[in-house]
Amino acid sequence: MSQQNRMSGGQIDRSRTLRFTFDGVSYEGHPGDTLASALLANGVRLMGRSFKYHRPRGPLSAGSEEPNAIVELRTGARQEPNTRATVAELFDGLEAKSQNRWPSLAFDALAINDRLNSFFTAGFYYKTFMWPASFWEKVYEPIIRRAAGLGSLTRQEDPDSYDKGFLHCDLLVIGGGPAGLMAALAAGRAGARVILADEDFRFGGRLNAETLTVGGKPGADWAAGVVDELRSMPNVRLMIRTTIIGAFDHGIYGAVERVSDHLAVPAPGKPRQTLWRIYSRRALLAGGATERPIAFENNDRPGIMLAGALRAYANRFGVKVGERVAVFTNNEDGLRTARDLQARGVDVVAVVDARRDGALLPGIRHLKGAEIVDAGGRLGLRSITVRQANGQTETLDVTALGVSGGWNPNVNISSHRRSKPVWNETLQAFVPGEGGPAGLVAAGAAAGLMSTHGALVSGQKGALAALGELGLSGASDTIPEAEDAPVSITPKWYVHSGKGRAWIDPQNDVTVKDVKLAHQENFTSVEHLKRYTTLGMATDQGKTGNVLGLAVMAGLTGQTIPETGTTIYRPPYTPVALGTLAGRSRGKEFKPFRLTPSHKWAEEQGAVFVEVGMWLRTQWLPKPGETHWRQSVDREVLATRKSVGICDVTTLGKIDIQGTDAGAFLDKVYCNTFSTLAVGRCRYGLMLREDGMVFDDGTTARMDETEYVMTTTTANAVTVFRHLEYCRQVLWPEMDVQLISTTEAWAQFSVAGPNARRLLEKLVDQDISDAAFPYMAAGNITIGGLRARLFRISFSGELAYEIAVPTRYGDALLRRMLEAGREFDAIVYGTEALGVMRVEKGHVAGNELNGQSTALNMGLGKMVSRKKDSIGMVLSQREGMNDPEGYRLVGVKPVDKTATLTAGSHFLEIGAAPVIANDGGWLTSKVYSPHLGCEIALGYLKAGDRKIGQRMRAVNLLAKTETEVDIVSPHFFDPEGERLRG
Amino acid sequence: MIINHPILGPRDAQEFVYLGDAALINRPDGMTAGIEAFHDYLYVRDNPAGEHRELWYHEQGDRSWLVVTRNTVTHEIIKVELARDVAKAAGRTK
Amino acid sequence: MAEPLHALTALGHAAPKTVTIGAVSIIERFDVALASLAIRKGREAEVRALAAKAGLPLPDPARFAAGPSFSAFWVAPDMWFVEADHSTHEDIAGALKPLFGDAASITEQTDAWVRFDLRAEDLQGLLERLSNVDFARAADGFASRTVIEHIGCYLIRHGAGSVTLYGPRSSAASLLHALEVTAHSIA
Repeated sequence: MSQQNRMSGGQIDRSRTLRFTFDGVSYEGHPGDTLASALLANGVRLMGRSFKYHRPRGPLSAGSEEPNAIVELRTGARQEPNTRATVAELFDGLEAKSQNRWPSLAFDALAINDRLNSFFTAGFYYKTFMWPASFWEKVYEPIIRRAAGLGSLTRQEDPDSYDKGFLHCDLLVIGGGPAGLMAALAAGRAGARVILADEDFRFGGRLNAETLTVGGKPGADWAAGVVDELRSMPNVRLMIRTTIIGAFDHGIYGAVERVSDHLAVPAPGKPRQTLWRIYSRRALLAGGATERPIAFENNDRPGIMLAGALRAYANRFGVKVGERVAVFTNNEDGLRTARDLQARGVDVVAVVDARRDGALLPGIRHLKGAEIVDAGGRLGLRSITVRQANGQTETLDVTALGVSGGWNPNVNISSHRRSKPVWNETLQAFVPGEGGPAGLVAAGAAAGLMSTHGALVSGQKGALAALGELGLSGASDTIPEAEDAPVSITPKWYVHSGKGRAWIDPQNDVTVKDVKLAHQENFTSVEHLKRYTTLGMATDQGKTGNVLGLAVMAGLTGQTIPETGTTIYRPPYTPVALGTLAGRSRGKEFKPFRLTPSHKWAEEQGAVFVEVGMWLRTQWLPKPGETHWRQSVDREVLATRKSVGICDVTTLGKIDIQGTDAGAFLDKVYCNTFSTLAVGRCRYGLMLREDGMVFDDGTTARMDETEYVMTTTTANAVTVFRHLEYCRQVLWPEMDVQLISTTEAWAQFSVAGPNARRLLEKLVDQDISDAAFPYMAAGNITIGGLRARLFRISFSGELAYEIAVPTRYGDALLRRMLEAGREFDAIVYGTEALGVMRVEKGHVAGNELNGQSTALNMGLGKMVSRKKDSIGMVLSQREGMNDPEGYRLVGVKPVDKTATLTAGSHFLEIGAAPVIANDGGWLTSKVYSPHLGCEIALGYLKAGDRKIGQRMRAVNLLAKTETEVDIVSPHFFDPEGERLRG
Repeated sequence: MIINHPILGPRDAQEFVYLGDAALINRPDGMTAGIEAFHDYLYVRDNPAGEHRELWYHEQGDRSWLVVTRNTVTHEIIKVELARDVAKAAGRTK
Repeated sequence: MAEPLHALTALGHAAPKTVTIGAVSIIERFDVALASLAIRKGREAEVRALAAKAGLPLPDPARFAAGPSFSAFWVAPDMWFVEADHSTHEDIAGALKPLFGDAASITEQTDAWVRFDLRAEDLQGLLERLSNVDFARAADGFASRTVIEHIGCYLIRHGAGSVTLYGPRSSAASLLHALEVTAHSIA
């Protein structure tokens, strides 16, 4: 029989039928249904199993607070575990599965845990899986991981995309119930920029679930009318299916919009969800309230749910959860469920009212001062046992039970900035406290105003007050007529009865007994209670259970609830998928790429690229027949040293420094002097941090009396620029210096090798002979009339230049140089060959510029001028940094030329034990030098300058390598520098 | 957080890079001050739970260095100034 | 003299690219020259006078302005990016330097950036998914640096349906990709 529990009415569209499956069985529902409401309409109460005991479970709620009805949605790559059936919007073709059960939902082998519950009490894992320690990873953890947990991951890539975005508003209204709608209306009519967000797929909040009237109309109709008016306002943005997940500093809120979750597959190009960052000037928390249960034995039977949920299923979804219904309440609101269901013709067997006084419901068996002591029906509720005021017990056959232990205002967002909620004795609940997020006020049930009238009034008032603070004024329009019933509640947290279990946190299987055990073992503070019992640590974050657990603990300690503690919440309000937080930043789009001017050419050549920060640089260029990277790299090195090689060095940071104080400024930021540099010349510069360690290095050229061009390492281009701005603005604000990055404005190539000049002479319009353009010359030139720059600098140790043209011509310049270089067998080399040549020359790079090394360590101590003040000059003079026994840069060669070296190896004297006390330093960079025919390396060695010529061992205990090495000068190749001056 | 930039108005703190204590402005003169003075300048800092003057750099903005007076407990931002102005007022020159 | 070197756009093509997705057009511009202009210390009055004479506007912070010969937008205190037609100002820095002498620091920026012009009836829906700029409240002529998918860009609002973006040239492909996927998601 299809939808046998569907009644008339409700906000579902019966004109359309949606087909879906649950655990392989086909069912039907309608637009407007959730998965839970549709299953209940089909008589399915059993939807899941609990985390620890694998107890059969049905939905507790009709909303996002749901702890029980946790299911897997969809199949294949879109399969999503741990979703709440109570908020999953039904769509045609939805496939849902129960989880945490094997082999089936009705028969779950691990339900044996339920029988063994006396072992699985709070602290079970801490006490049981202690010894032996060797069992932790190999035995205990795999067992626990298999037994516990909820749904399963597909391990396939998520096929959907997730957007991020930014919204701005005067007033953010969180929650679209009566308070939120009234607030949005007041602010919208006043012309303010309003965002109204609600996690549901329909505005109206509780009005959709109640039979209450507003302004003489059914509440849901009034809400729909307000939404229509709001929709007509261009200054109001309505966001359904949007959860405000957190409040952050200064009016920033996070929101997750489920753009396509209600569709089988997102429309092409559309995101599944969007993560919004909302900048609000003011915010109104109108998030309503969440009902809480009363704990009694076996209160987790499928069919037992919150009283408000029971009537939500009836009123909003036209679903009766069972034929015979009872209500257990300690407050007036619970009676609404009995009245509404009776009015719909459902058999209301009894109302079990924990309160002793007050009027009796007409036409219903209303038991005052009574309580429920047990519930029967393993896979679905069949009976309840009631203990009446006179102590008599009676068993009633019911298939659905609504429980109301009162309502907790949804204070969550208000406590995200660590403000503590305060206890309200009348409501027997926490309400938002002082010190919440600046600019946020609460209204309606979230503020503890539990009547519809209270919600409407406080919503309007809250909005107008917020507008007033912003200098906007709005009208106090007439409040539509609505009920204004006071809250009548008698505290009743749990039913004292036999030895059975009464659930507080059903998802994590935390029972009254566990709280008692925590108390017995002195874990009485809320923080300990939570961690010892796992109360509130499930996916629902204790929305229904936390206050109940706190109240039980208060009863045990004899303290009041506020004395026992408060429960504050952290973002997110409901679980957020990691894909949503990642947005577009995943896989190849994790970060943007930066492409060099030679990228297109290199791609054509089949270059191998390496990521250097965000840059993709050519690492080497394999030629046909080369099967190992070393073949390519060796060839590139040898060809460069033999004739000429070209390398794209555009990625090096370039900073244009101008102003009358440019030279003086460089004297401050470099430890060596630049103010004396002649125009048309360049110089190697070393930049220290204020603590005396080397920060960066590079060559800086003086292009003009008042203009320098600085180069930085690729890695530090951004941080050096930031540092220069710091020096310019913060330390020496009166200097006449202007800075601008030109890294990307110029395509720059290194042209190195004995034939470098001969190649360039074919292109450059000017005389670049050694006399006209000597070593360390720099200047503006032209290439066929096109402006360009030439620097005669060398990282490779060869006769070398760096030539730059406006970036758009970089590709053409490279092709032109290769064409002109054909007669010299010119090649292009990548970063590996660059690395080989710099190690052969003993130049420091990233591995040596490690932030812990001084100029002295690098053998560049003499560069630090003491004739002028520069950053790091003073502190580089500290004793410890000038220790003659300290690290010095050395070269390393294996004694056996065929031996290999391992970067990161430590230096040990021959015969010394490999212990810290004997550590002599480490090997920083190693390469194979085709020129020397063996591996070579650089390293930092203690007193290394006095150990040149010694024999040592390079030991790497991790790689299990040990090599006998000769300590040599770091200048392996052309130590006199004759080649680069050639 | 939102930093109310003196020139550009409210901007998201995500656009900024944080450096630290604004006392860094008071760098001693390297030609006269010694190691001790520089040591104290660089390493000896207050770490107040409360109002703190900090240097922030608007890297994804106009590249201004700012002195932000912020309550480290509440994150309330009490004052935002251009570091250049603060430095000049403190007598820093060339 | 040899053939002049050929130019490639930031996307690696000989000609700029235009992409239309739904209501949004993304137009790569390759015809604009760009230079930074910074006032040297104590030379503000002089620079402003020379700029006025040269038909070069120096707009207020966070503003763009078009002038008879040049347009410009503010990028930092005492610093602007100056735009001109590339066909007449291929060497824009070379053209500006003589106008300002030693009163201003001028640096070529043309090829440091890729420029995309965005066109649609209303770009709000696109931009709110890309940038934290409050585009709806920004006046025409608003200019600001902003971050788009981790890429630092300059955004200039010419109108509700007309925006210029300058992004780092090396990230042109990544920036275009971000614009395209976002345009698809609102198409």
